[in-house]
Amino acid sequence: MTNSSAPILSVQNLGKTYSGGFQALKNINLEINKGEIIALLGPNGAGKTTLISTICGIVSPSTGSVTVAGYDIIRDYRQTRTIIGLVPQELTTDSFESVFNTVSFSRGLFGKAPDPAYIEKVLRSLSLWDKKDSMIMTLSGGMKRRVLIAKALSHEPSVLFLDEPTAGVDVELRKDMWNIVRELQATGVTIILTTHYIEEAEEIAQRIGVINNGELILMEDKNSLMQKLGKKQLLLELVEPIDSIPEALAEFDLELGKDGAQLIYTFTTTGERTGITTLLDDLKSAGIRFHDLNTTQSSLEDIFVNLVHESAA
Amino acid sequence: MNIYGILAIYKFEMARTRRTLLQSIVAPVITTSLYFIVFGAAIGSRIQEVGGVSYGAFIVPGLIMLNLLTHSISNASFGIYFPKFVGTVYEMLSAPISTIEVVLGYVGAAATKSIILGLIILVTAAFFIDLRIAHPIIMLLFIVLTAVSFSLLGFILGIWADNFEKLSVVPMLVITPLVFLGGSFYSTDMLPPLWQTVSLMNPVLYLVSGLRWSFYEISEVNVVVSLASVSLFMLICLGIVTYIFKTGYKLRS
Repeated sequence: MTNSSAPILSVQNLGKTYSGGFQALKNINLEINKGEIIALLGPNGAGKTTLISTICGIVSPSTGSVTVAGYDIIRDYRQTRTIIGLVPQELTTDSFESVFNTVSFSRGLFGKAPDPAYIEKVLRSLSLWDKKDSMIMTLSGGMKRRVLIAKALSHEPSVLFLDEPTAGVDVELRKDMWNIVRELQATGVTIILTTHYIEEAEEIAQRIGVINNGELILMEDKNSLMQKLGKKQLLLELVEPIDSIPEALAEFDLELGKDGAQLIYTFTTTGERTGITTLLDDLKSAGIRFHDLNTTQSSLEDIFVNLVHESAA
Repeated sequence: MNIYGILAIYKFEMARTRRTLLQSIVAPVITTSLYFIVFGAAIGSRIQEVGGVSYGAFIVPGLIMLNLLTHSISNASFGIYFPKFVGTVYEMLSAPISTIEVVLGYVGAAATKSIILGLIILVTAAFFIDLRIAHPIIMLLFIVLTAVSFSLLGFILGIWADNFEKLSVVPMLVITPLVFLGGSFYSTDMLPPLWQTVSLMNPVLYLVSGLRWSFYEISEVNVVVSLASVSLFMLICLGIVTYIFKTGYKLRS
């Protein structure tokens, strides 16, 4: 059934229309390889959680199909759900249970024999071992988030979905979470996470998917996405402000900033030439001098905002 | 079959009972003891025998049935409603566990708790009255069938309910009146003919009557009819539960 070169997750023409008529997913096609970290970006209500919930079996698909390791999520639900672990967006836990018991419960629910040694290993890896006997209601929000991850890992899944794993957690904990994700990937776990934090996707993902209005706008390797869609800018701090861009420099994509004290040149890195050398030569010829220069690259956030606006237009 | 999944749900639900021992076991036992003191000793001593049985002994099957029905429903309904309420139901929906396995876990635990409660009440009754059980196997069969059937009903109720009020409506406004009007505390022979006929439409009458027959061999309706009724009710509930999981009614969107 499984093939090592075949994608671990394959989504074909997936659509979801809720009973009220709202179309949450529109013809989603997606393939994810074993061991990848994928970040799904999208504004609120874009369909990220619906996509994850459908793959995990919480939401029934209206059209299309999904296979996990070659197994169909409807027909072979036992196999697919054994492979998948899910960390939900909301901090939904059994408040009155102890950490150890709730993680053990999850392992049993997913059909695995009790294994206290494995549960201990998971809790230790998430810095939860000293809280193993604590009631969940006594834990902080960050600790509860870790408990949810421990529950999702309790049955040793090879595909892990993290729905907004760092929503509402502080910067330090967020970085801890990123380390946890990297460690999981190192053990061969495929990770698909949704996030609002562009820096999160930029930091840990290998491929980025953008969802808007139920459509998967793109799915690209992060670096090639940055290269393809990312723009760079050369900022020149002028010695003397200018009122307007001289006619001789009209061929360049130039703007004035800081009341004429800054010249901004936008260029792409995909072409053979950036035009910077020519621009600097022409500036010299035009008698425009500068005392400092700097370059900036558009962030994933800029790319994301542009994509979402383009798709909405 | 996901045996570990069934056991996980079952143990989780039983652990909840241990955490709420006062509410789950102690409170109903105290309430039932009060019934025995008031109706058995205080008032019962002034009431003549019913069907050749002292009034205190006569009400034992009815009291067991009252507790079995209300606690089976409330245990099972709360068991499935609470995960829906707090959102942890996502885990069950995304787990490799089938309809029948989920039902076995939740309903099994709810029925177990109710059966234990019923047996505790039986033991409690022995402290107040001279108890005799003519057909202990039939009695156990009735107790088990009733606990399972009404735990299934409770499970359905827990799926259907979207607030705590709905959760308590059926036990309070439907089951309790049906038990009180189902011959728990009196024989339908004591009613005028018209009301005797009306009583036959009360399904709880068949349960109380059947259980009472297993104790004292006196019944309002034939014991076979009683057993058939509770079995039919269980099958209907099973059918509804299967429909719920197949369609995802109130669970999957």
